[in-house]
Amino acid sequence: MRTGVAMTVPGWMRTSGPLLALLVLVVGFGFGDARFVSLANLRTILDSAAVPLVLAVGMTFVIRQGSIDLSVEGMMAACSLVFALAVANDRTAFDLGWLALAIAAALGAVFGLANGLVVTRLRVPSFMATLGLGSVGLGAAMLLSSDQPPLIRDAALRQWALGRTIGLPNLALAAAACLGAGLVVERYTRLGRYGFAIGGAEDVARRAGIDVDFHKVAVFAFAGLTSGLAAALESARLGIGHVEVGAGQMLGAVTAVIIGGTSLAGGSGSVLGSAIGVLALAVVANGLVYVGATPHLQKTIEGAIILVAALLAGVHLHDRLRVVK
Amino acid sequence: MNAVAIRAEGLRKRYGDHEVLQGVTLDVQAGEVVGLVGENGAGKSTLLELLAGVARPDEGRIVVRGAPVRWRRPRDAADAGIGFMPQEPSMVPGITVAENILLGREGAGMRFGLVRWRAMNRLADEALREIDPTIAPGAQTQSLSFQQRRRVAFARALAAGTRTPEAPVLLLDEPTSALDPDGVEALLRGIERLRARASIVFVSHRLEDVLRVCDRIVVMADGRCVAERAAAATTAQELQHLMAGRTLAVEMAYGRDRSHAPGRTCLELKQLTRIPGYADVDLAVRSGEVMGLTGATASGCHELGRTLSGIDAPQRGRMSIDGRIVVLRDPAHAVAHGIAYVPADRASEGVVGALSVAENLALADRTGWRIDRRRERAVAARWIERLRIATPSASTRVSELSGGNQQKVALAKWLAGPRPRVLVLDDPLRALDVRARRDVVDAIRAAALNGSAVLVIADALEELAAICDRVAVMRDGRIREDRSTSAATRALRVPVERAA
Repeated sequence: MRTGVAMTVPGWMRTSGPLLALLVLVVGFGFGDARFVSLANLRTILDSAAVPLVLAVGMTFVIRQGSIDLSVEGMMAACSLVFALAVANDRTAFDLGWLALAIAAALGAVFGLANGLVVTRLRVPSFMATLGLGSVGLGAAMLLSSDQPPLIRDAALRQWALGRTIGLPNLALAAAACLGAGLVVERYTRLGRYGFAIGGAEDVARRAGIDVDFHKVAVFAFAGLTSGLAAALESARLGIGHVEVGAGQMLGAVTAVIIGGTSLAGGSGSVLGSAIGVLALAVVANGLVYVGATPHLQKTIEGAIILVAALLAGVHLHDRLRVVK
Repeated sequence: MNAVAIRAEGLRKRYGDHEVLQGVTLDVQAGEVVGLVGENGAGKSTLLELLAGVARPDEGRIVVRGAPVRWRRPRDAADAGIGFMPQEPSMVPGITVAENILLGREGAGMRFGLVRWRAMNRLADEALREIDPTIAPGAQTQSLSFQQRRRVAFARALAAGTRTPEAPVLLLDEPTSALDPDGVEALLRGIERLRARASIVFVSHRLEDVLRVCDRIVVMADGRCVAERAAAATTAQELQHLMAGRTLAVEMAYGRDRSHAPGRTCLELKQLTRIPGYADVDLAVRSGEVMGLTGATASGCHELGRTLSGIDAPQRGRMSIDGRIVVLRDPAHAVAHGIAYVPADRASEGVVGALSVAENLALADRTGWRIDRRRERAVAARWIERLRIATPSASTRVSELSGGNQQKVALAKWLAGPRPRVLVLDDPLRALDVRARRDVVDAIRAAALNGSAVLVIADALEELAAICDRVAVMRDGRIREDRSTSAATRALRVPVERAA
């Protein structure tokens, strides 16, 4: 007689599991090839994790409140173009320097705001709304690009983006600052705390008098802001404003968030876990090169990781659906 | 002291075509504990929801400490120092106990959108201390047991109640249901500690609890307050009788055909066990027989119903249909074995709201791949007439019908298909008006006459009196009594709780 498979993830596994997995990965690849754990390579890993981390911080809030943001790549494309055209470049006369960073972030926030309004006001499910608006972003970016991606000529900006401070990549430091800000919002602000309530039990939150729609919109705007910021950082690093700047980033961010212990059903998780998820993905991508995996195999393995992560998230869901009395 | 803390004045509330409250007037004095008892659907929860601002009355008014009020949302009531503990309170799992206690009304716990954890924990602790000092305000809610969560919900109501300098008003809807004896005791002691400092309305099915902690007991039936007794001057027997009186009279007045003889044993349970829920259940229902199963909340009868429908597998014991042992993998498997199940939550489990009446009725008729629209309509027309389903047409969406008519559709779905060998109905008469009850009772009896073994689950024994040939009473997951309806009805004066 079947008595219901009691599959539960133990508490310690949900909290310190991702960190443990990260350590195992690092040690494993280290044994595979000693060059993997060289200082230079670790720096490379940090560098490659910077932009995904900024995105993952915003995505954590969105997934935690029970929504999803699939517009990341479109928003990044539009923000990248606007950023590149606003700094010193080969197509326009603007030279706004650092201010352009704020403009890109603000544009992202406006995009996120639109996402949030479509979701809450027009009652469009978030995956559909963000998919649509992401497409709008891509289209706008293509118009701005008009087959001539603007090259960034701001020397100071480029130098900063490629440079290091106290031995660490500047971009990684910026991402760390972003993570710190995310952590403060998560732990010490109404916006952060209500996100848990909305994702965990929206009805309860609503009945408790929380303005659920307002907080949802704010979270989408926050996620948009991180997308805009990520686009600007990536563009500064590449030295170009490009439609493809965010290609593949969205799936990476969602995967990192789920690996990091945030349930797709909402209501749980931390940006800290997502940061570990980002690092784990960066380590896998980097380490596979060292053990000689072809790019095609890499993609396959990354896909497998996503499925396993989603499965773990599903186990959690399975848990919740059982009647507990 | 004797001022009125909260007063309901001629409150009326209608949901669909069912008037749940038909002019209720109730005073709660300062420092008084008022018990509110009545059968399911008597309107107790609705009354509390109106007082707590969860719903708005159609007519009548609410007076708090002498001033008429008009709540626009639950928050307004909480701001006025009225704490509400809803039936089956839900908690947000991923946040701390303190956050749950203060959710949406953090007060000093949040300033300018920033959380002040120390103030938050202190505020929550003030409420928790009165109820369960062993729960830490900083604990993650998902780490608490069901019993502890219930106490947190109580603390949440108290925290709202103490928001104003005035003495708090607490509205507690079935706070002890589904709790174990220790949990019940802790909750009752909490109420006793608050006595004289707070005005409390205590809704409960457990009459001994009501008699123990209340000063005054008000009996509700069919949306009205029908009687009132000082707790010291009444007994559980009297209350039980007052609660049952009206419905019983209505149902008993409606005669029924008992001339047919039930056939062979169809459904048989032996030592069936699923913990938590029920244990060692032995039950036999014959073809053509209507068996009633009743018990207070958490007695295990609903859980048993879920098992029979293939939703929850039992851990132990066996189940057989027409002498053959069956092991149900899932609801579809149960249907394949000829078991039809009408769940209590009809809106979400019993009917597909977005489909039409005709389509819903055709759901259980699983023959062939082709959908025969003409036959579907003909079947629908027949059942709409037979059960008097009030619908503009067979193509009307079920979600547009009233609860009673949805219930009829949920039931007719099984009757319209191939005859079920076993028909399990969970709380089929809940929130139905007298006429709808009669129609549904008719349909249930007709199914039995047709040869199905019928098992009706209900919270109150008296509900079953009109329908069933036999009634079993469950308590704490075990069957305590199994006898013919006439004997059970004679014993009606003994409360269900005590009958065990």
